[in-house]
Amino acid sequence: MTHAIEVRNVYREFQQRSSLGRARGAVCAVDGVTFSVAAGDVLAVVGESGCGKSTLARLIMGLLPPSSGEILVDGRSLVCVDRRERARLIQPVFQDPFSSLNPRQRVRDIVGLPLASQGDLPKARQSDRVMEMLARVGISTEMAERLPGQLSGGQRQRVAIARALVLHPRIVVCDEPTSALDVSVQAQIINLLAELRRELGLTYLFISHNLAVVEHIATEVAVMYLGRIVEHAPTQDLFRQPMHPYTQALFASVLTPDPALGVPDVALGDAYPDPTNIPSGCRFHPRCPKAFSECPATEPDNIRKDGRLVECLLAVDNQTRADRGDGSVAHFQLDR
Amino acid sequence: MALVMPNAVLSIANLRVSFPRMEAVRGVSLALNRGEVHCVVGESGCGKSISALSVMNLLPRGAVRSADHIRFHEHDLLGMSERQMARLRGDKIAMIFQEPMTSLNPAYTVGSQMAEVFERHRRTTRRQALDRAAELLARVGITAPGMRLAQYPHQLSGGLRQRMMIAMALMCDPELLIADEPTTALDVTVQAQILRLLHKLQQEMGLALLLITHDFGIVARMAQRVSVMYAGEVVESGPVEQIFKAPTHPYTRGLLDCIPVPGVTKAGEPLGSIPGVVPRIAPGFLGCGFRDRCTLATAECAETMRLRDAGADHFYRCRLPPNWKQGTAP
Ligand SMILES: Nc1ncnc2c1ncn2[C@@H]1O[C@H](COP(=O)(O)OP(=O)(O)OP(=O)(O)O)[C@@H](O)[C@H]1O
Ligand SMILES: Nc1ncnc2c1ncn2[C@@H]1O[C@H](COP(=O)(O)OP(=O)(O)OP(=O)(O)O)[C@@H](O)[C@H]1O
Ligand code: SF4
Ligand SMILES: [Mg+2]
Ligand SMILES: [Mg+2]
Repeated sequence: MTHAIEVRNVYREFQQRSSLGRARGAVCAVDGVTFSVAAGDVLAVVGESGCGKSTLARLIMGLLPPSSGEILVDGRSLVCVDRRERARLIQPVFQDPFSSLNPRQRVRDIVGLPLASQGDLPKARQSDRVMEMLARVGISTEMAERLPGQLSGGQRQRVAIARALVLHPRIVVCDEPTSALDVSVQAQIINLLAELRRELGLTYLFISHNLAVVEHIATEVAVMYLGRIVEHAPTQDLFRQPMHPYTQALFASVLTPDPALGVPDVALGDAYPDPTNIPSGCRFHPRCPKAFSECPATEPDNIRKDGRLVECLLAVDNQTRADRGDGSVAHFQLDR
Repeated sequence: MALVMPNAVLSIANLRVSFPRMEAVRGVSLALNRGEVHCVVGESGCGKSISALSVMNLLPRGAVRSADHIRFHEHDLLGMSERQMARLRGDKIAMIFQEPMTSLNPAYTVGSQMAEVFERHRRTTRRQALDRAAELLARVGITAPGMRLAQYPHQLSGGLRQRMMIAMALMCDPELLIADEPTTALDVTVQAQILRLLHKLQQEMGLALLLITHDFGIVARMAQRVSVMYAGEVVESGPVEQIFKAPTHPYTRGLLDCIPVPGVTKAGEPLGSIPGVVPRIAPGFLGCGFRDRCTLATAECAETMRLRDAGADHFYRCRLPPNWKQGTAP
């Protein structure tokens, strides 16, 4: 079966110079990532700020080459797909509708640009396609003549979505598409994305910090920490039972609108990871509330079971348990 | 009106800001005490950022500001010269801007931009200023300060950039912090850490925090007082418990219904939303700005709407009586 997106053992480093001392370090923003997304699915990527989500998105869109590893989109290696073709396959929606739209172009021209640069549709058909798409996302003919500065934040994000969809791509990469928007506009945009996915059979890679939105829209979730995917599971399973201690901390940090409660301290401590100096063993161990003696020494393997993946020494599958002689256990679970 | 407090750190009375052909802020009043967190919420485009920028006197070109007063302690900021304002900005009054990329200079490193603020207000050496910057980066959870201070804004992730802005705003221990959507680019664990840091500064140093956010989780857990804005006006204002327990303006109620609640909102079903868009407010507009979208609107809503008292220091701007939810449709 062909996957919409397939990422095989991908690494991406950035070289860095330090102001204090002359040492050069490398930040490994994506540090050995493997996953795939089936056509029509929505994979949400969540994780700590700076853990490499946007870098991963840029790699998948071919905007940045990987240091090593391979990325396939619609069954074809990205290196074999030229820019024009790539634009037809995969399109981005970024967090910031303010800086991603050219302030000097009218809305209809912004949305028309991808079609114009493909250059295979006659002008009149292009214009029809643009207006059709704008109508689809709820932008009126009158608004199509405006400049981005004359639209509200939500309307600008709709324009960005129309621009992403005008070529009818198979895959849309959304990097925090609603985090700049207020809740009512956010709801409109999420509803629109869900509708378009059903209608057009789209596949989404959906980066978001809003776990309620993730639970709502995603079919699968990948949790990243310091360049690696530490947990990957179907949405319902993950929300029912988060396995990795980082995922658990993430869920415990969600602020429900309850004025009787304060801001929780989830006991991750202040030992924030230094990306130029990855901790030994499990990279999460200096902050992990469940860490034990083995964690600083042993790098956890990917444990896969029942369509889930988790990278933690506490997660033990049946086989390992059997090897250890603790008898057969029905579930893939966290002990201790 | 209870909004005027004698010992307020910040007091804004009847603020108006207009652009050619549109009124962005229409008579906003609010006040903030020492050690208090006052949250401002409201739909995109309702005038939150413009109100905040008015206090700093950093409005975009073409904007005209007027007010009865904008006071910081006993000083009226309206009458201050640009030099006097510059002395306050970044020192006693700091602001975290909504869009880090537009307020950071892409041509300078993070370190030099952070150090510059401290050197200017505290007359220190570059070395001391950089040490202070490194200390604050650590407090917002950024490690490897040596590397980070030498980076340019485009080399940082969205969340690192936003935390850098927060650290920069805290360089001079401000008394008043205006934070415009300060955690939108942060994951929830880092967000919680930043909010705990702000809470600590509020408790220990008496920091007064005007917090603009669209996240009701943050509002609930941080605010003592909440102002809800719509189309350039404060349509409801009150203690945080009141706003959640007894939201009175139909817009506030609609807004609260849009929040997806984990476990309650069903995956696959559309989220609640308020149909329609915020109207463009032309000069001379009268009545409730929400009436086009309000299911309870009547002819009365097109007339001048005064602020009503719901008791318990809770005010709203709507024709409906405070207890309209309990009764039959009025
Ligand atoms: N430079 C400008 N010229 C004309 N109108 C402007 C300008 N800047 C802002 N506005 C308008 O002023 C109104 C208030 O904008 P403001 O940025 O305060 O909204 P906001 O409440 O902060 O929204 P958001 O939640 O999207 O940040 C908007 O309708 C906006 O279109
Ligand atoms: N052009 C670049 N040069 C140097 N370092 C970079 C560059 N782009 C990204 N990085 C580094 O790579 C790491 C990951 O960044 P990335 O933008 O992918 O994070 P992210 O997960 O999207 O974070 P956020 O949630 O804050 O947006 C960070 O340490 C960042 O500083
Ligand atoms: S391996 Fe150890 S440190 Fe890492 S997440 Fe699991 S318990 Fe925590
Ligand atoms: Mg990012
Ligand atoms: Mg704003």
